[in-house]
Amino acid sequence: MADFNPKEKKILYRAFRITAAILIVMLAAALIFCMFDLPGLFSPDHPGENIVAERYIESGIEETGAVNFVAGMILDYRAFDTFGESNVLFAATICVMVLLLVQDQSKSRVRRKRSKKNGTVNSDQTTVSESQTSFEQLPESKAYYEDLRDEREIEPRLIKNDVILKTIAKFAVPFILMFGVYVILNGHLSPGGGFSGGAIVGSGFILASVAFGFDKMERFLNRKSAGIITFVSLLVYCLAKSYSFFTGANHLESGIPLGTPGAILSSGLILILNICVGFVVACTMYSFFSLMRRGKI
Amino acid sequence: MDFVLNFPFFSIMICMLAALSTFMLGRRAAAVVAKLALLITLVLSVILTVYLHGTGESFVYMMGHFPAPWGNEIRAGELEGVMAIFTCVIALLSLIAGKYSIRTEIDDTKQNLYYLITCLMEASLLALIYTNDIFTGYVFIEINTIAGCGLIMIRNTGRSIAAAIRYMVVSLVGSGLFLIGTTLLYSITGHLLMQNINESVAALAADGSYSVTLTIITALMTVGLAIKSGLFPFHLWIPDAYAISVTPSSAMLSGMVSKGYIFLLIKLIYRVIGFDVYSSTGVFDLIFIAGIIAMIMGSVAAIRSGYLRRMTAYSSVSQIGYIFMGIGIANSAGAVAAIFHIITHGLTKSLLFIAASSFTGRKEDIRVSDLKGLGHKYPVSAATFTAAALSIIGFPLFAGFIAKMLLANASFDCGWRMYAAIGAIAVSTILNVVYFFKCIINLYAFGGFEEEKKDTEGSTAEETADESVKATACVDNEDRPTKYENALHGICAAVLAIINLYIGLAPGLLSDIITKGLNVF
Repeated sequence: MADFNPKEKKILYRAFRITAAILIVMLAAALIFCMFDLPGLFSPDHPGENIVAERYIESGIEETGAVNFVAGMILDYRAFDTFGESNVLFAATICVMVLLLVQDQSKSRVRRKRSKKNGTVNSDQTTVSESQTSFEQLPESKAYYEDLRDEREIEPRLIKNDVILKTIAKFAVPFILMFGVYVILNGHLSPGGGFSGGAIVGSGFILASVAFGFDKMERFLNRKSAGIITFVSLLVYCLAKSYSFFTGANHLESGIPLGTPGAILSSGLILILNICVGFVVACTMYSFFSLMRRGKI
Repeated sequence: MDFVLNFPFFSIMICMLAALSTFMLGRRAAAVVAKLALLITLVLSVILTVYLHGTGESFVYMMGHFPAPWGNEIRAGELEGVMAIFTCVIALLSLIAGKYSIRTEIDDTKQNLYYLITCLMEASLLALIYTNDIFTGYVFIEINTIAGCGLIMIRNTGRSIAAAIRYMVVSLVGSGLFLIGTTLLYSITGHLLMQNINESVAALAADGSYSVTLTIITALMTVGLAIKSGLFPFHLWIPDAYAISVTPSSAMLSGMVSKGYIFLLIKLIYRVIGFDVYSSTGVFDLIFIAGIIAMIMGSVAAIRSGYLRRMTAYSSVSQIGYIFMGIGIANSAGAVAAIFHIITHGLTKSLLFIAASSFTGRKEDIRVSDLKGLGHKYPVSAATFTAAALSIIGFPLFAGFIAKMLLANASFDCGWRMYAAIGAIAVSTILNVVYFFKCIINLYAFGGFEEEKKDTEGSTAEETADESVKATACVDNEDRPTKYENALHGICAAVLAIINLYIGLAPGLLSDIITKGLNVF
């Protein structure tokens, strides 16, 4: 890259800013023009009011068995798109793991070599941090903190949890989790479903981990269990939908009973898929938080 | 229905399942599973393409129990089959050839995630190729973008993370524009299925209603996809992303990921908006001019860069310019040439990155002047690198020559476009020669390598007494590529070079399939 002196740099920045502003104004003008040109949303001749929407509304309930049209649409009519969407979440989790997962130094060859090059070999450090269980036992030497590659390793232990937070969380978390489960399980009957319910459950987990600490959360939601839950849910989703796609495309009967619309056990695969999506979303939310907070799940 | 027609669906699902299972596996098992899945997908795609070449027709495949405008569907013809084969070949060969790079550059605990990301990437590319629904296209663009970030930042150094962030920001702007275009298109047509949109757009264009909105939609979606594939004014993410990531990532990103978006753009032109409506909006001129500037500027930047992989990355910018110029010629011959160049450039550029990995070793990049004499040390890599460079230059016998000839042929009888296209191809070819011949001459020069060898011998002789040096030498020994890895690397590079030479010598079959496929598109 060419080097510029400060004066040239200033001029370039200004030119860049002005060009960016002009482009944004042009884009905004084009979009505002489009907005006025588009057909009115509630007019009867809106192009969206066509055979597609008609069939979703008129025969959606008997064809999918779901009273909630939206659930029927996203999990039965257009299930391939939703399958893609849940894989977007999966891909995002993986990328956050790639970025934020803190390595166990004793296991990683690449990392060890790099630190050797820098001249800092800290072999006893992992054993020290493993033995740390509470705030009081932290060593006070400054060198210990400087040795840590990542401040996330130490930070969560430094926080003394607030009594108000703990007390409120003790009451709120069960209700949050229960509400989330309700939204997931009733996804085919009422507004909601796997994505929204999973987000509620995930936020409940996050609140619990903030209030009671990660050590307690790890008893039931650690890297292994979160991994297994995500894997099994996505696998069930993938296999169930593959079966449904395959039978549908080859004009075979799927043999999955739809049940009576409105009952909790109805609408064929939608209930199972909602549960799977709920699990995936809840684990994703919690693992994002945990990875960003302390570098591991 | 013939059982073969299930294969597009099978290949997407096999890649997805492989991605899921590598999540729970160790690094060795993950490598085996990922390669096996890619191999199966490759075989399925070959069978599908042979079958479709026989029937000469395309078909739609219902994803679920509901037919098209209500449910999702995918669609496959010869062209899609060839593109699927092409992506599988590049992904598989990059993974196999990059075995050493993956082993040494990526943390052991994250290697299975690398294979996972590769499988997800392949699945999303296959879905982009086969999709017949514009919203499905958008969903898989998202997976593709996120997986692309993962491929870049898996090296986990500061620079690679910065490159990934830059890629993510630029790429998300592209996705955003594409999404805005999709919603606007839905608002005025009421459909998401490509065929239905096409019919409604043709009716709207005949009416003359929404003509400005249609132009804006076309421009937004085209610019969105152009940003994501790295066309000239939006190419600034390319050099960092390709030059800093690990070798298989560079090969895959340059070879197939940016090409998937271009294929979607061609789908947009021919199947969604419709060729006539698209050309009436004047966006073709925009693409054409941007492509021509990219051809020249990319080559100039490559000459100035001075580093091997960075230079190759800038060369990618100029080659993407060729592809967009082919689309911008605005006739079917131009589109055929563009798709031909997508395939040849993908094969060539991944070969360049794979071959360059033996020269750079464990370093991130290497100066072109430091290549001196390395051709004698790595004969296979040097030979394949030379072949790929000649192909990019457009030397007869190689695939690149055919692509450039098709592009030049397509521009005949197109008025001012002919002069611009042929002039730009001529100038760009000369510039290509300048920077690639510098590498080739350096590779086969005498002198440099022997001196270096003497140096290392001298230094090790001096310090053998020191025990710690011995220890590090041991570790370094472990980090050298094993014979097996070297052999695999050589075989993969040779296979890519042979495919390149085959396409260059017998281009008839490929161009025939592309022409026929585009007719039933």
